[in-house]
Amino acid sequence: MSVIIFTEIDNGALKKSSLEAVYYGAEVAKMKGTTATVLAIGEASEAELAKAGNFGATKVLHANDARLATGNIQAYADVLASAVTQENAEVVILAKSSLGDAVAARVAGKLKAAIVSNVTELPDLSGGFKVTRSIYTGKAFATVEMKSDKKIIAIKKNAVSVVESGASAGVEVFTPALKDADFAVKVTGTHKASSTISLPEADIVVSAGRGLKGPENWGIVEDLANALGAATACSKPVSDLDWRPHHEHVGQTGIKVSPNLYIACGISGAIQHLAGVNSSKVIVVINKDPEAPFFKAADYGIVGDVFDILPRLTKAVKAL
Amino acid sequence: MKILVCVTSVPDTTAKISFTDGDTKFNKAGVTYITGPYDDYALSRAVELKEKLGGTVTVLNVGESDSEQVIRKCLAIGADDAIRVNCEPKDSYFTAVQIATIAAQENYDLILMGRESIDFNSGVVHGLVGEMLGIPSLSPVMKLEIEGTTAKMTREIEGGKEDIEASLPLVLGCQEPIAEWKIPNMRGIMTARTKPLRVVEPVGDDLTITEKFTLPAPKGACKMIPAENAEELIALLKNEAKVL
Ligand SMILES: Cc1cc2nc3c(=O)[nH]c(=O)nc-3n(C[C@@H](O)[C@H](O)[C@H](O)COP(=O)(O)OP(=O)(O)OC[C@H]3O[C@@H](n4cnc5c(N)ncnc54)[C@H](O)[C@@H]3O)c2cc1C
Ligand SMILES: Cc1cc2nc3c(=O)[nH]c(=O)nc-3n(C[C@H](O)[C@H](O)[C@H](O)COP(=O)(O)OP(=O)(O)OC[C@H]3O[C@@H](n4cnc5c(N)ncnc54)[C@H](O)[C@@H]3O)c2cc1C
Repeated sequence: MSVIIFTEIDNGALKKSSLEAVYYGAEVAKMKGTTATVLAIGEASEAELAKAGNFGATKVLHANDARLATGNIQAYADVLASAVTQENAEVVILAKSSLGDAVAARVAGKLKAAIVSNVTELPDLSGGFKVTRSIYTGKAFATVEMKSDKKIIAIKKNAVSVVESGASAGVEVFTPALKDADFAVKVTGTHKASSTISLPEADIVVSAGRGLKGPENWGIVEDLANALGAATACSKPVSDLDWRPHHEHVGQTGIKVSPNLYIACGISGAIQHLAGVNSSKVIVVINKDPEAPFFKAADYGIVGDVFDILPRLTKAVKAL
Repeated sequence: MKILVCVTSVPDTTAKISFTDGDTKFNKAGVTYITGPYDDYALSRAVELKEKLGGTVTVLNVGESDSEQVIRKCLAIGADDAIRVNCEPKDSYFTAVQIATIAAQENYDLILMGRESIDFNSGVVHGLVGEMLGIPSLSPVMKLEIEGTTAKMTREIEGGKEDIEASLPLVLGCQEPIAEWKIPNMRGIMTARTKPLRVVEPVGDDLTITEKFTLPAPKGACKMIPAENAEELIALLKNEAKVL
């Protein structure tokens, strides 16, 4: 009855969010007196995959069929379900993502497993298997008991504080049978921004709203983000106006983020915006209106003009 | 084109969230219910496709009788008929079983859903239903065109998007800008009253039990830094908040 962690590979390395899931899975395995196995699909070196051991995994199953290169959801779900069967796993852990959610849902369908998403803490196993999840886009939490034999848990960023052990995991090649039907969906093109830091993965997010006045002014936002090693985000009207791409839009109807630090520049703090960012650890608000509602949700605030403040903050960060 | 659109009836995005009965029940008092915003995109695209290609749009909700207000609004926007599975849907798997059971009895070319519900935000019901029916599921889809029996789509991925082609039938989770939200007109509202709404009973059991709800701890006071000393913020983030 082991624990399996579904991970994602990006540019030959396990994604940061996946490593957090590995640590979470290893902690669950410890509680259950069993071991944690990682499933990694795609191209990566053995040395890179062995690093999962540093996060508590004992073994990595590596599936690297050329047909799996495009992130085909049905094929990935079949691979994960085979791994669950082979390892006789009771619990499947993954980090929430556009691929992970889709794969996990199909595997839940195959295994008749309860699936709980947006889990924010380690489970409580003292009476049944209970998890805490965020609901109403971060406005509340629910404690949920999972009753099925197999359980699937999709964790939210910062669900655990990772402690690295320095250990290394054994890597095994994994070659489950794939069906042609798994490849009925064809990915005909991929358009990815060349920007370095992915928004849902980022520890620091610099976000800007309509207060920036126009897309030509985003340089001061990007400069601060670059200095901090942060991802950039925006409010909904900014992406609706095409000032910024849609995948940067955060909030109730956009990406939900829970970074360590969220810096909001020229954003009023409408309830729908707050819903997507309220689980950030620390929130900084910069707004010229002292009455802006965002200050009520902030830890640090500056009443001021973004065009004055942002370049000064960038300079101060560079001076650190 | 025979389309099924699955919609949720959810608290308005500005609703104040609170709980009753010892934090075991959502407090509905004073809360306005709306169609899930993503479900609205799914419905709007379905109605556009029907107008272009002909066919029917059926709306499905797994919910109690108070969801009917949202269902009638969907009929007013242009759906032809509706089905409500009469139960309190507390769990993604259970909800998916209800949808898959109905869908298995009809041959829908497309099953459109929202990317996620705005109450539980799981984003998994489409994948579950796709698996239960043995057909592909994709989400979040931001563009959808139908050519014969092929769907051409754009799906959002982290930091970008991908173009996808697949044969019908499909289950899709939708998001903007797949369509413009439609607003019901007077004629729509009048005809919605007489469009068929079938109520069926649920099958199967929940795999989870929601034990209790909690609200986040209230935020402490916001520490204000005078604009003339803005640089101090960086030192505070480093030494006090320890996030740099
Ligand atoms: C105590 C409680 C009572 C509830 N009562 C009701 C109620 O009376 N009526 C109601 O509509 N919802 C109700 N809900 C909401 C509930 O149905 C959730 O939407 C459901 O559990 C699925 O959540 P999810 O996050 O897994 O959906 P997701 O996977 O995020 O949903 C993706 C898409 O699946 C479709 N979908 C999801 N749920 C439903 C559904 N119930 N019916 C049709 N399509 C759906 C939608 O298109 C949605 O956009 C209730 C929730 C709770 C906790
Ligand atoms: C169903 C629904 C879903 C929604 N979903 C989302 C969502 O997911 N995400 C989202 O963001 N919104 C969402 N919205 C929209 C939301 O209600 C707000 O309209 C939006 O968040 C406002 O964006 P903003 O703060 O950039 O713009 P505004 O509200 O116009 O605020 C601009 C702010 O900039 C400040 N400002 C102006 N100039 C300067 C300056 N020089 N220096 C400093 N500050 C300055 C102003 O004081 C003001 O506070 C949704 C709305 C609805 C109805």
